[in-house]
Amino acid sequence: MKKDHGHVGKKYGMVIDLDKCTGCGTCMTACAAENNVSVRKDESDKERSITWIQLYQISNGKKFPDTRYSYFPRPCMHCDEDGRGGHHPSCVSVCVASATKLDPHTGIVSQIYTRCIGCRYCQAACPFDARYFNWWDAYFPKEKGLERYLSPDVSPRMRGVIEKCSFCHHRLMRAKNQAYAEGRREIEEHEYITACTEACPVQAITFGDLNNPKHKVHELIQLPTAFRLLERLNTKPKVYYLSTKDWVRRLADNYRPGEFKRLSKGS
Amino acid sequence: MDSPILPEGVKRCSLTTFLILLLPCFALLAWGGLSAVLCLWKGLNQTNMSNVFAFALWIVFDLAVIALGAGAFFTGFLTYIIDRKELKNIINAAVIIGFICYSGAMAMLGIDIGQPIRGWFIYWHANIHSMLVEVSFCIGCYLIVLIIEFVPIIFENRKLNEIKPIRLIGHNLHEIMAVFAATGAFLSFFHQGSLGGMFGVLYGRPFAAREGFYIWPWTFFLFILSAIACGPCFTILCTKLTEFISGKKLVPDNAIQTLAKISGWLLSFYIVLKIIDTLGWIYGVVPRAGMTFMDFYREGPYGVWLVVCEILICGVIPAVMLMIPRIRQNGTWLVVAGILNCTGIVINRFVFIVVTLAIPVMPFDRFWSYVPTWQEWGIGLAVLGYGVLVYALSYRYLPVFPKEKELNIIT
Amino acid sequence: MTPFSFEWQWNIEYLIFFGLLYTALSIVGGGLTFVAIKTCLQLMGFMRERHFH
Repeated sequence: MKKDHGHVGKKYGMVIDLDKCTGCGTCMTACAAENNVSVRKDESDKERSITWIQLYQISNGKKFPDTRYSYFPRPCMHCDEDGRGGHHPSCVSVCVASATKLDPHTGIVSQIYTRCIGCRYCQAACPFDARYFNWWDAYFPKEKGLERYLSPDVSPRMRGVIEKCSFCHHRLMRAKNQAYAEGRREIEEHEYITACTEACPVQAITFGDLNNPKHKVHELIQLPTAFRLLERLNTKPKVYYLSTKDWVRRLADNYRPGEFKRLSKGS
Repeated sequence: MDSPILPEGVKRCSLTTFLILLLPCFALLAWGGLSAVLCLWKGLNQTNMSNVFAFALWIVFDLAVIALGAGAFFTGFLTYIIDRKELKNIINAAVIIGFICYSGAMAMLGIDIGQPIRGWFIYWHANIHSMLVEVSFCIGCYLIVLIIEFVPIIFENRKLNEIKPIRLIGHNLHEIMAVFAATGAFLSFFHQGSLGGMFGVLYGRPFAAREGFYIWPWTFFLFILSAIACGPCFTILCTKLTEFISGKKLVPDNAIQTLAKISGWLLSFYIVLKIIDTLGWIYGVVPRAGMTFMDFYREGPYGVWLVVCEILICGVIPAVMLMIPRIRQNGTWLVVAGILNCTGIVINRFVFIVVTLAIPVMPFDRFWSYVPTWQEWGIGLAVLGYGVLVYALSYRYLPVFPKEKELNIIT
Repeated sequence: MTPFSFEWQWNIEYLIFFGLLYTALSIVGGGLTFVAIKTCLQLMGFMRERHFH
């Protein structure tokens, strides 16, 4: 990260402990409620529903009694690079209308809904499928009272634009405002966490500044069990995962035969 | 009925027959019109595109017609800059085909974006690092050039040509056409390349990603080459079709043979580079991403047969056919080679768009399939209807083929 | 985008990209202006019309 006014820039990131994750889906629900994610009467068409944090169920593919399942929550990875050393994430460098940007001060990849023209090139560029297109007009069923639950901090999206996880950027803004009102320059670790982090009942998600040695995430990403999704593509994601299970770690990236290095001898 | 505005000294069918023959085009346009209204009014949910298939049938059509329309700029370049005089007999047809392809593609893109009203953001808030921005700028500018090239042909209509200012504008435009042709060649060079670059820079998708030179992945250069290899062939196919339908000889053989020969050499050059590129990809990009060549072809209908079809059957074979004078001088074989050549390039575009997106990158993700809806087909095929209509109208009312009169003396 | 847009950056990438774009547009625009002026002059009789074919 670039140096900014003498301070080292922040690099917000997330660590998800897959050994703790039960696949309950609370993170998805909390995220959708927090970020005014539009719903549909029929959500069965999963290829077109919007889930900023998507929960994948993965399996070791073995037969009973060796079958194992694990869950893989996947928010936007907020990549740092495009995979070839370019200092823009894949989605940012392809965006035609400069509607998505990597903030060098926070490391957050933003999406400007009113700037997006809906060409979907960023969707094609993202290997994590973390970007979602609004195929329909925004819909919040009145009869269910959902409109009353809309968050005033997040603008709903119009039809025909891309949206994605913003690391609950509005929460960062809120925390910064609070700090400013109290005459502080910096915000505390606990003051800015994402909705999914807050909601996770087993505290599998940890959020913070990866550059700040005082933050928990900084310590967690040093663990030998820490890894990132599709790390070989070299897009430098800011979302890390923890798992002690080799088969889970094996499924987080593509390996040719003999390339994968086991952590433990068993598993 | 419309005989006063038909070109002089040539034979045309009656207006009624003409209109009846064009009925399928009107049907396609009506279908496309309805689909366009639905897509603009109700949104892109009318299609079967999804968050997985962000690009689909329309982009395949777009890239295909733009590649096939490359005959316009390349023939223009050969005619006006290299000064191949024999090509003057086919340049009008090439320009009209180019105009149809590019305007059709632009119209389709206008519907394809989620917020068509914001289309101008590409130009105003341009992100110059995006290949798609380069494509949009160059296609936009080149469409202007194509209109400028098309206008003098329209002004040569018998009745229009009688009006002095129109005749003068047409003549004066024609006089400096080399300037426009050169600009067009420059613009086309970059957007054909950038269309390839668009997919080569998808570094997150090892199926499409390529190494390259400076900011341009190899696909940048391959797309330019493949477009100028198939564009002239498409122009030949269109003139051959016109000759077949009208039952007349319209273009002298030397013009056709020049284009076929150039096309053949370019295609051979392209195929050699394409094979090198594919090998480089198999042994470079793919293993670095932790995959093997066959990993991409395990699931779904897109197997290795696509590679064989694209490179061998629709690449090497037409290249060899077009390079051998005896084969390309035979009318039937020339058409066969042309069709194979164009098919190969369309498959190439299809593979880069649909197959790239269909293959999941995350190991635990599944293979998704996609079938276009009738609305998508409607808009895609409307471009075909529009193309045939514009081409037929041009043929009927404009002196598209300067040698038509000479080659078909009416006794 | 013009140098007056707020997103404009004075760096070499922007200069090359928009330099080429505006050059191409100027050539096209210049060509059209040339044709327009020439046609006007011919219509007003200041220049002689050359015959083709």
